[in-house]
Formats: sequence, C-alpha cells, structure tokens
Amino acid sequence: MEQVSHMEYLEEMEQIDSTVMEQVIEAMEGYDYSKYTRQDVEAALSHDSCSIEDFGALLSPAAQDYIEEMARKATLETRKHFGNSVYLFTPIYISNYCENLCVYCGFNCQNKIKRAKLDTQEMEREMEAIAKSGLEEILILTGESRKMSDVKYIGQACKIAHQYFKNVGIEVYPMNSDEYAYLRQCGADYVTVFQETYNSDKYETLHLAGHKRCFPYRINAQERALMGGMRGVAFAALLGLDDFRKDAFATGIHAYLIQRKYPHAEISFSCPRLRPIINNDKINPKDVHEKQLLQIMCAYRIFMPFAGMTISTRERAGFRDNVIGLAATKISAGVSTGIGGHGEEEEKGDDQFEISDGRNVEEVVAAIKERGLQPVMNDYVFV
Amino acid sequence: MFSENKENQDKKDKDLLVIGGHEFSSRFILGSGKYNVELIQAAIKQAGAQIITLALRRANSDGEANILDFIPEGITLLPNTSGARDAKEAVRIARLSRELGCGDFVKIEVIRDSKYLLPDNYETIKATEILAKEGFVVMPYMYPDLNAARDLANAGAATIMPLAAPIGSNKGLCTREFIQILIDEIDLPIIVDAGIGCPSQACEAMEMGAAAVMANTAIATAGNIPAMAQAFKKAIEAGRSAYLAGMGRVLTQGGSASSPLTGFLNE
Repeated sequence: MEQVSHMEYLEEMEQIDSTVMEQVIEAMEGYDYSKYTRQDVEAALSHDSCSIEDFGALLSPAAQDYIEEMARKATLETRKHFGNSVYLFTPIYISNYCENLCVYCGFNCQNKIKRAKLDTQEMEREMEAIAKSGLEEILILTGESRKMSDVKYIGQACKIAHQYFKNVGIEVYPMNSDEYAYLRQCGADYVTVFQETYNSDKYETLHLAGHKRCFPYRINAQERALMGGMRGVAFAALLGLDDFRKDAFATGIHAYLIQRKYPHAEISFSCPRLRPIINNDKINPKDVHEKQLLQIMCAYRIFMPFAGMTISTRERAGFRDNVIGLAATKISAGVSTGIGGHGEEEEKGDDQFEISDGRNVEEVVAAIKERGLQPVMNDYVFV
Repeated sequence: MFSENKENQDKKDKDLLVIGGHEFSSRFILGSGKYNVELIQAAIKQAGAQIITLALRRANSDGEANILDFIPEGITLLPNTSGARDAKEAVRIARLSRELGCGDFVKIEVIRDSKYLLPDNYETIKATEILAKEGFVVMPYMYPDLNAARDLANAGAATIMPLAAPIGSNKGLCTREFIQILIDEIDLPIIVDAGIGCPSQACEAMEMGAAAVMANTAIATAGNIPAMAQAFKKAIEAGRSAYLAGMGRVLTQGGSASSPLTGFLNE
C-alpha cells in the first residue's frame, strides 16, 4: 500500500486559510503538565472563569487529588448552563466500508469483518424503528469510504433522517466545505470529527493508509463544517492512543480556538477512551482509568462551561449515570454499532466496537429521572 | 367622557401591566427551562405568573414530555426564538411558533455567541420590524443600549427586555445604570430579563421602575423551585409597591453637613 506523507493534502482536499492547527500544536507542545502544583490547582478551582493556564492545571496529575472538588465545580457549571436537562440520541451506522488502515479500529480495511451498507429502504426502516422509541435526535455514522458511502449517499441518509428526527448530526469522514454545505441542505446541522490524537508523529504511526492519514485535513474539518453553514461541531481525542493529558489539552484548545473564531458555533466534546487492560497500571502508567476520564470531563466542563458533552456507550452504565448532570449533557440509548439491527431484521454488518451499556431508551430515561434529572428528546429547531 | 376617566382611574388603581394591548396583573414573567416540566404548574401557581416563556425549540417535540402539555390553560405563552443566529432565523422560528399554536406573543432572542449568549441588537431590531408588521406582540431581548432601544420602539416592539447580566449567570443588575436610562427614556414597559439571581435583585429592578422582571435560572437552580418562585413573586410585588410609593431620599455623602457650604450667602 502506498505510503504518503501524513502532513500532505491530497489533490481533492480543500485547503483553508487557517492557523488553528499550528496554534493547537504549539500549545500542546508547550504543555508541561508536570510543572503544575497543588496551589495551581487550588487557584484554578477558585477562579470565576477558567483560563488556559487553569485548564492546564486541572488536567495535570496534581489535580487528581482534587477530583471531588472538580466534580463539585463541574456540577455547578453544568447546572448553571443546562439546568437539569439531559439530552438523548442514538447513533445509526449506515455503512462500515472503510478505505483506511487505522491500527486500533474495528472497521479498518484489512480487518476481515462482514461489510455492508444500508440502502435507502433499509435506512428508512431502521430510522422509523428508532423514531418509535421516542428519540428525536440521531447521529449518522459511516466507515470512511468515499467510494462506498459517497457524499450523495450520506445526503440521502440525512434527508430520510430529517423526516423522522428533529435533530440530525453526522460523524463521517472529513469533507470539503461545499460538501458540508450540501449535507446541511439535506438536513444535518452538527458535525463530529474525532481527531484521535493531536500528536502528529503518533498519528502517522497509527493511520497507515487512506484519506484519514492526512492529519491537517482532519484537524481542520470542524472549521470547514462551520464554513459550510453547520450549526455545531464536536471535538474528541481517542484518549489512550497517546499521552492522554496532552491530547485532552489539545482537544480543549482546539475547541476554544474554533469558538473564538466562530463565536456562533455550538461546541461540544466527546470523551472516548481506549479501555485499559485490568491491573495494567504498572505496564502503562498513561492508561485512562475512570478517574482520569472523569478528571478530563470535569476539566472540559470548567474550561468551557457552555459546551455540550457526550458520554460514550464504551463506558459502563454506572459511570454514565453518574456523569450526566455532573459534566456530561448528552447520552446515547438503544445503541447498536453494527449495520442495521434497530428494526426487526438482523444486523447486516459487523460492529465497530463493543459497547458497555446496552440499555434501551426506556431504561436510560428511567435512569435519568431516578437521578432527579430531566430527559430531553429535543431542544432544537432546524431553520 | 366621565366613564372613560373612571375606567382609566380603575386601571391605574389596579396597576396593570399592559403589553401590546393585553393586560396583566402579575409583573413576574416566569421561565420554563432548565427544570422538570412536571414542576412548571406548581412554579406558575406559586409565582402568580400570567406569562411564561418557553423556548420554541423545546416545544418542537413530538414526545410525551412536550413542554406545552405542562402549561396550564389561561397562561399567556411567550415563546422565544432561542437558536436564532440572525433576524431571518428569528422570523422563521416566530412564524413556526404561531403555526404550532403558541399565540402571537414572541420574545426575540438573536444570539450569535455561544459562550456568553449575548444578544445581537442589530439583528434583533430587524426581526422586530418584520414581526411587528405581521401582527406579533414583539418583546425583544437586548443589550441595554439607548439607541438600540429607541430603534426597537420605532420598529414596533411592545416592550423592551434589557439584560441585567449574561443569561444564566445569576449575577444580578450588572447593567443597572443603563437599564435605568431605558426606564427613564423609553415609553414602553421595560422588563428586566436575564441574569437576575435572587429575589432581592428582582426587587431592586422593580424599585428602579422596571415594569416587570423575567427570571428562569435563579428559580430552576434553587433547592425548592416552587418556593423560590413564590419568593420572587413577593420581592417583585414589594419592589413595585416601593416604586409606586416613591422612594425616600438616599444620602450619598454621609450625614448633612452641620456647617452649610452656602452659609456665606447670609453674611
């Protein structure tokens, strides 16, 4: 397979006039989390608004001892900005064809999995079945194959989704701003792109082939989505691929810079992690355990209190239920990461990853209410 | 002639709040966001509120928990256009609100800043002009700027709703002086909206001469929502009574000087 430089754009990739990537990388490279002391953390927790330095302190090892204080502050901020609302959604995987070779991913093109894509009738049946569960927000996902799931195909899915749901988001391969504008016309308004890791050297070793190998094209995806008229963008690093503290810091700075450049944009975070092997701490001290994950979520919340935050189904129900209302504002329910499977038919294609919380909508709604929180199916109007 | 005068006197005695020709005896506009829809009814009752705001985007739901189903009959809905980033979007949301049966009142919120949620006065004026012509009772949420408020009044606004502090901040009357200017200069009800964090601040706004107060987060984040709604009601009524009674003097320089500075005039 041809190895191209991961920092070079391919011919059809749009290059925009932006220095956001350089600023994020510079900030991340300058972030030395070992320098922060307990005093720095205490100062950060005492401030009314959280500076970049404070954010750095809250993500540092020194802040681990302050997890309770961070959780309390995060809860207050969440309450202030979102009240007791918790938003529900579910992902729908419409295709798992992929042209990338990402060493950590279940969909990667060399994995011998059952590949499939939904045709329009199947999409309609799946979405109808999901809508019957009461959900009004959907996130459309594909593997990253421009050949097997081209922009028009994704647009078709958005149009169908727009009929069944109030709120449509996409988590697909990065594209050009005119393509995002087309999907906006088809009814999508939110774009999620995981950068995976902001360390470009590490990124190169993990993404061996395919369009995804192009690091700068991916990092500028949110900006192109906003240029295409999308209302909101979500940011994430797959925590645990590299130094999670640096990746979390870079994710926050990325979101911060985009919000400054596009003040109208609705910003949100996702918090996926590679789950560590049990009792592996001594082998890999940089593993992301629940405590570290919570620390990161609280740091995001305190740094950008107005941002949405989604808690992944990779996490167990007990963890998810406790972080909603604390830092997370959005939770998925009735999740299947395979192709199809929401209706009466069986899955056509294999799953991207195993989920840890298989509860249906009713069960998640009950869990939200049990915590004195309010499940909200929709808080959005497409205009 | 006599009966008209009597009618006016009656209205004065009742101290009604008049918005776009509609009369209200309550001067507390209650928000409905950020707390359980099941508590709305109790909050309205304790607040004695006759107007309740709701985000149209929250009413745009087919599910069981549609907020509209929790608002009692007889309460005036004040749908807001939150989610609108410019005048065009605000106009579309207002029209959708009317189609959904939310009535003719609309609170214009045009916000293109996701961090502070500060309103865009310029786009708000544009939306107000369009919607007022379409017969809406337009209540624009705005940053307290006198020129913008005058433009809103000329565009057909029924009230002006200046912010006290950023939405949800509970920081109180940060813009006090500028709201006072609007109260003094604009011949429309000035309804203080956003940022009021506790009953005493609501009371202060009413003492200044505000026509009404709108509050949401302060109530939504309280330990006991209906009880806090009632506390606001009492504070707003107290502030209004104080305003009508005419506030007593406030000495800003300490006590009166025992040796008057103008004593030389008698020499």
